[in-house]
Amino acid sequence: MERIPILKMGEFLLVTIQVDMHDRLALALQDDLTQRIVDTSARGVLIDISALDVVDSFIGRTLGNIAAMSRILDAETVVVGMRPAVAITLVELGLPLHGVRTALDVEKGMGLLRKAVAGRRPGDGYRAQ
Amino acid sequence: MDIERSEVIRVTSSEDVVRIRQLVREWAIRSGFNLVEQTKIVTGASEIARNTVNHGGGGTLLVEAVNNGSRRGIRLTFEDKGPGIADLELAMKDGYSTGGGLGLGLGGAKRLSNEFEISSRPGEGTRVRMTRWK
Amino acid sequence: MSKLPDVLKRREAGILTEWLRELKQSAGLRGLPPNLEETCRAFLVQLAQASRNGNLTDIGKPEWNEMRHLLEELSVSRARQGDTPSETAGFVFSLKQPLFAAIRDEAKNIEEMAGETWMASRLLDSLGLYTTEVHQKGREDIIQRQQAEMMELSTPVVRLWEGILALPLIGTLDSERTQTVMESLLEKIVETGAAIAIIDITGVPTVDTLVAQHLLKTVAAARLMGADCIISGIRPQIAQTIVHLGVGLGDVITKASMADAFSLALKRSGYSLIRHQPENA
Repeated sequence: MERIPILKMGEFLLVTIQVDMHDRLALALQDDLTQRIVDTSARGVLIDISALDVVDSFIGRTLGNIAAMSRILDAETVVVGMRPAVAITLVELGLPLHGVRTALDVEKGMGLLRKAVAGRRPGDGYRAQ
Repeated sequence: MDIERSEVIRVTSSEDVVRIRQLVREWAIRSGFNLVEQTKIVTGASEIARNTVNHGGGGTLLVEAVNNGSRRGIRLTFEDKGPGIADLELAMKDGYSTGGGLGLGLGGAKRLSNEFEISSRPGEGTRVRMTRWK
Repeated sequence: MSKLPDVLKRREAGILTEWLRELKQSAGLRGLPPNLEETCRAFLVQLAQASRNGNLTDIGKPEWNEMRHLLEELSVSRARQGDTPSETAGFVFSLKQPLFAAIRDEAKNIEEMAGETWMASRLLDSLGLYTTEVHQKGREDIIQRQQAEMMELSTPVVRLWEGILALPLIGTLDSERTQTVMESLLEKIVETGAAIAIIDITGVPTVDTLVAQHLLKTVAAARLMGADCIISGIRPQIAQTIVHLGVGLGDVITKASMADAFSLALKRSGYSLIRHQPENA
């Protein structure tokens, strides 16, 4: 089965989703990412969805789950590059993804991750939100 | 109401859900919908297609380019012969889910369309019809 | 079989001269439109051609296609010059007198004259009315285009600073306009990479539930894209309405004035304002 590649950049993991994901592929990404966070002790995950022209409730929920799971594993997640039409549709759908950090592009997302990681005190892994 | 074009597609696997997203996008573009409207139609289709696969055990999608004289639109009809839905009112509520999801599928798809009809009988299957007008 | 085509053929020059005289006499303050003679000549040619092919009672038939096309162009250009529909139709009706005169001269007897005149009159009536129809449609198109232009004019997304956009909304917001405005704001956010957008509603007299919801949805959508919105300029009445309507503004940042919003936006972007010289020093 095809997999979405995960790149390691220093203490961060970078995922660029470039295909229209079917549900099993989205779940596989969730498995792979959580595994890689543990394997590499990553402090942050950046998911670039600028190529996606549809994010339905399943993909949206998977993104939310990834953010929540990585937080438990002591890594911050930032989703970047969501298109306006996708954002409007997600809001209409009733999925505003509270609890997921977002940024306009990869560069701003990286900045946000660095700031978030620097601002965390050690041992502050899980915070209820 | 006039039906300008129509097509029937199988909805049986999660790959079909992706294919339906692409196909419905093409239909929406050909009917002249703008980008935001296209995205809403495609997303609504994706929600219901997933339900058809996961809860209805697969079924069909009928895509139609329609025209009511003054406006053009797209009508999507999903049909399955699955177990059906016992309590439709409950199923339409946000947060109600039997599939382990957020339960936004039906309610969300309704919000993304202009007209939304659902009929279902336990043991016989479910039919969802949604229309979006330009 | 009507004699109209023959009359038109034999008398073309005379009819044209008389028609032009008629038109010049009835010309209003705007004077005669350009290419008048050309238009008249083309009209007569089409009239002769189409009537030779038969049907004189139904101008919807294919042999009248070119004539209809000519009238459409005429109506559209006249509408643009500001002519009224009756002025445009009057152009066609003014052909009656010269044409009837020609029919009278060519007719062999009184029955033929009456029959041909009646036929020609009905034909010119339907052609004249057709220009009115097209005229009306042309007007509607103009109105629609102007509405679209106004819509664009009313969505001025401006860049206040590096990374800070402002959308000053003015006038009544209906739900359709709000939607268009908001979509263009989100597009602009992507285009400019601005992480903060100020939506200023100082110029908006009232806000209803639907509009308030659109505003909130926009703020939520912008957040999903990675940008923050600040809503400024909420009038006291609007604040009251929002509370009475029970529309929760949730965690949306609001500021009383655009100045306050801008100063917050600068601060969030890491800028600080310092006055180097005290005033009145």
